[in-house]
Amino acid sequence: MTDRIEQRINSLNKRLNSEKRFRIYCIGAMSFALAWVLILFLNIFSSGYSAFYRTVIQVDVPFLNLIEDTTQFSEMSSEDINNLSMYSFSKKAIYRLFPDIEEKKDKKMLIRLFSIEFEQEIREFLKSNKSNINETETIYLTASDDVDQVNKGNYPRDLDEDKRRIKDIQLLFFDDLVDRGLVSYEFNLPFLMRGDSREPELAGVGGSIVGSLFTILVVLILSFPIGIFAAIYLEEFAPKNRVTDFIEININNLAAVPSIVFGLLGLGIILNTFGLPRSTPLVGGIVLSLMTLPTIIIATRASLRAVPPSIREGALAVGATKMQAVMHHVVPVAMPGALTGTIIGLAQALGETAPLLLIGMVAFVVDVPQTPLDASASLPVQVYLWSESAERGYVEKTSATIMMLLGFLILMNLAAVLIRRKFETKW
Amino acid sequence: MKSIKIKADNLNVYYGEKQALFEVSMYMEEKQVTALIGPSGCGKSTFIRCLNRMNDVIDICKVQGKIEIDGNDIYAPDMQVEQLRERVGMVFQKPNPFPKSIFENVAYGPRIHGIAEHKSDLEEIVVTSLKKAALFDEVKDRLSDSGTSLSGGQQQRLCIARAISVNPDIILMDEPCSALDPIATARIEELMGDLKTEYTIIIVTHSMQQAARVSSRTGFFHLGKLVEVDKTEAIFSNPSDQRTQDYITGRFG
Amino acid sequence: MGFILISLIILIGITSYFLGNLRAKNLRTSNQKNLKSLSHYYGYYVALWAVVPALLILLMITSFKSFFIEQYVLSDFIALGSYTETELSLLFTQIENTAMGIKLFDENTILIDGAVNKLNYINKTSENLTYVTVLGFSGLLVLYSIFNINHKLNSRKIVEKFLLVLYFTCSLVAIMTTVGIIFSLLYETLRFFSQVPITDFLFGLNWSPQRVFVREAGDLDTRDLANAFGAVPLFAGTFLIALIAMCVSVPVGLLTAIYMSEYASPKVRDWAKPIIEILAGIPTVVYGFFAALTVAPLVRDIGQGAGLTVSSESALAAGFVMGIMIIPFISSLSDDVIKSVPQSLREGSYAMGATKRETIVKVLLPAALPGIVGSFLLAVSRAIGETMIVVMAAGLNAKLTANPLDAATTITTQIVVILIGDQEFDSPKTQSAFALGLTLFVVTLALNFIALQVVKKYTERYD
Repeated sequence: MTDRIEQRINSLNKRLNSEKRFRIYCIGAMSFALAWVLILFLNIFSSGYSAFYRTVIQVDVPFLNLIEDTTQFSEMSSEDINNLSMYSFSKKAIYRLFPDIEEKKDKKMLIRLFSIEFEQEIREFLKSNKSNINETETIYLTASDDVDQVNKGNYPRDLDEDKRRIKDIQLLFFDDLVDRGLVSYEFNLPFLMRGDSREPELAGVGGSIVGSLFTILVVLILSFPIGIFAAIYLEEFAPKNRVTDFIEININNLAAVPSIVFGLLGLGIILNTFGLPRSTPLVGGIVLSLMTLPTIIIATRASLRAVPPSIREGALAVGATKMQAVMHHVVPVAMPGALTGTIIGLAQALGETAPLLLIGMVAFVVDVPQTPLDASASLPVQVYLWSESAERGYVEKTSATIMMLLGFLILMNLAAVLIRRKFETKW
Repeated sequence: MKSIKIKADNLNVYYGEKQALFEVSMYMEEKQVTALIGPSGCGKSTFIRCLNRMNDVIDICKVQGKIEIDGNDIYAPDMQVEQLRERVGMVFQKPNPFPKSIFENVAYGPRIHGIAEHKSDLEEIVVTSLKKAALFDEVKDRLSDSGTSLSGGQQQRLCIARAISVNPDIILMDEPCSALDPIATARIEELMGDLKTEYTIIIVTHSMQQAARVSSRTGFFHLGKLVEVDKTEAIFSNPSDQRTQDYITGRFG
Repeated sequence: MGFILISLIILIGITSYFLGNLRAKNLRTSNQKNLKSLSHYYGYYVALWAVVPALLILLMITSFKSFFIEQYVLSDFIALGSYTETELSLLFTQIENTAMGIKLFDENTILIDGAVNKLNYINKTSENLTYVTVLGFSGLLVLYSIFNINHKLNSRKIVEKFLLVLYFTCSLVAIMTTVGIIFSLLYETLRFFSQVPITDFLFGLNWSPQRVFVREAGDLDTRDLANAFGAVPLFAGTFLIALIAMCVSVPVGLLTAIYMSEYASPKVRDWAKPIIEILAGIPTVVYGFFAALTVAPLVRDIGQGAGLTVSSESALAAGFVMGIMIIPFISSLSDDVIKSVPQSLREGSYAMGATKRETIVKVLLPAALPGIVGSFLLAVSRAIGETMIVVMAAGLNAKLTANPLDAATTITTQIVVILIGDQEFDSPKTQSAFALGLTLFVVTLALNFIALQVVKKYTERYD
């Protein structure tokens, strides 16, 4: 008998132990999932934050050497200044950093420490300060991408010289400049304002920001009214027949179709049949609207459904028509929910890449687009394009672009949550 | 007099800040049916759920006092609640068979407690339990059907069979017939008469007539206090407390 | 031109609203009789007449304008009958460029000059014609509708009817989208299968469309086509990566769901659930970047450290990251399903003396199974349709393999690879992408349908 009791006690202990283990597995799984959120954000942040500042090198530019009387600059127009020949003048200004070097080869290496646009930067300085130019001015010129990466510590300096792009002598120059305190950081505004470029240090995300903005604008203009109207019809006016069922089935199906299929739709019909211009936010917006519509419709229907019948009945009892009851009373109450759904749908559209790739919004766009009919890229497409490039400078820029994309998404989702909290009435 | 199976001693129960039971002390006899009556919200369900520590499932519930079963304090720190519930079974107000086959419903208890593992042992237990619950004849040909496909009364008897399957000493019944029709109710009351020869039964009921029919002792609860507990005939024909008298005569509740 | 015209139409609309409103008010005061609707409805009535037909006409003109213009400009060439459709398209673009002043031809033939003249002429006249037609129509309708306003006219009914039709049309957009998808996919797919047999596609083991050169559409050597469009490696690759993803997401997602619904305190659940759902909201291009830049090299290094050959575009890396993305699909849905199992079942199990784990594994999970399986199917469907992670982290070479350390390619990757380059629209290469798209569409739809049916059919209803 005691044998049996011992057996029973053992089995109870086994059960209790397996209970404890199970709980640990479950906590482990959840921690795993949470950990990856952290890992993703940390990884992106740590590789991207450095893109928001860039290395600049301090150079004293003797404008006296360009023109004897520097006050003459104030009378020149921008076009005059554009026509000034400044290339060798700019180079000479840079040579002044190391007056002792003589070999042409070394001088060329020195110039290469700076971004390709050094002449343009000096010219721009002149244009913006033309009324107040001293004999010598201190200008902070952008460093080349390689120097920028070396300065930020991302560059493997200890590789053999022939395995890297930056040469030993350039490193000597660089270290010397650092010792002299001429190397510093500056907020990387051009990164945010310019379009793409073949030179990593000049590449900016401004083009894709505007491209994304235009695209989302098109999506908003198209999908918000259509989505709300469709939801109103389906929820308030549609008779319970096969046509309505069929429409509902379609909407639910569309919500589950992979995004790339919408890209194919865009390619097949929108570009070919209607002949709209490729690579534009207009077409991108149309394709993404079709994707976002089901989300908006489903969310709006849910918030319409949540409006208690008493409101409708109250309006009807006063003598309003059904349309008036719906439009004047029900819809305004359901608006916060509809807006929330719309914002969430827009956030999803903002992050979409595959359909845009197919309709050609992968343009290498140097100029920031001015209208939704200009070719452009979007933020996620820019991430894709840059991630294909091997240069190190693009890695940090890609991460920074992702940071901005995530930043926008977080803002939008926060807005949605706030709207829901503030305006949602509990019945 | 029969021996004492369960003894509650100065039991106080709190749901968060709110106190639900005030200094309840009573005993329940072995192999007898003890009924707990009282108006809604008087604490009888709370009390019965203390007897198998089902209140542990509710986070904000705090239990103070002692409950002894066969002399052992069931709230002692070394008491394994799984073992307790093997000895104290429960049938709920609304029948809650698992969405499994009838066989699996009854075999669940023996399986997890390791009472039986082989199919043949389980079969024996299932058949015995179903017979004791007066359900076997009705379902013997369809043991693999889902437990939820039975009628309300049958489901409740299935739950009784399930409770019996682990061979408990005590069966707690929390208003077992309130969701059933009169015929099903009558069958269960009849069943209780048979069951009490083997098990100690505590039943919470809304129906005084039911309490009068099935129990040998009855406790009357009111606003969380045990007002009066005595032999059933005494409670119903000659109660000592005015509140009991008022409840029985229908003045309130 | 379009914007100006639309702005003008809107302007007419606004003006006509006021006109209609005014007329209605006048009618009321002059006759002392009440109109059937409030006066602003008459305003809307007139405005609708002004705006809607005009916009519709504008839409029609814009859609078909390019077609008609092309036909007109190339009419001489078409009459010759010796040009194919693609050649005509090319010709038209050349003529457009010539008209803009770009020198394309060494010497313009008479036909080309004639075509350029026609282009210039028609561009000019069509613009004027459009303005006249649209605005004229609009004006006429405004007059018509204003004169139509009388006591018998219940404009509110008309306006509300219009709104109803508008809303209905909007809800049809969903159907039109589906029709559009099916049509565009099917059309190209059928053209594809007219050149490549469907059995080759579904069962062929070799996928290398780059090999196919198209000189003229008729010139295609069928030997080139055979054995270039076998999609089995793609199916296998898609399956392999989806499998790896599920191996990550199912255990993690399910156990997380169990913890959140049964073990965690409400406070923990309140912040843990949204944070995990962030994983589903992160754009997939971010995952792709992370997979390509961080995970794939890590997998390769670890593998090589252990002495295995690991591709730098391993299916393992892509599948793992995809699995992480899919976790919330399983965890959130399963959590909701488990939570919805009635408390009475839990109590029944605890009352029997079961531990929490036993209750979960033996009672709750079986009860929640249909919903959980539904969530698995939806997750698989998502994994199959995923594009960016695989494009950036998985391989482009269609090799048939079951080794997760190898590179594998998927259906979605190939669609992107084929279509992202320069396309010739009549080539089997481009059409194969649509065939792949149709396959994807059908499979994901089927999975979602099955998921829905499973949940509907097997979910127990606890009344």
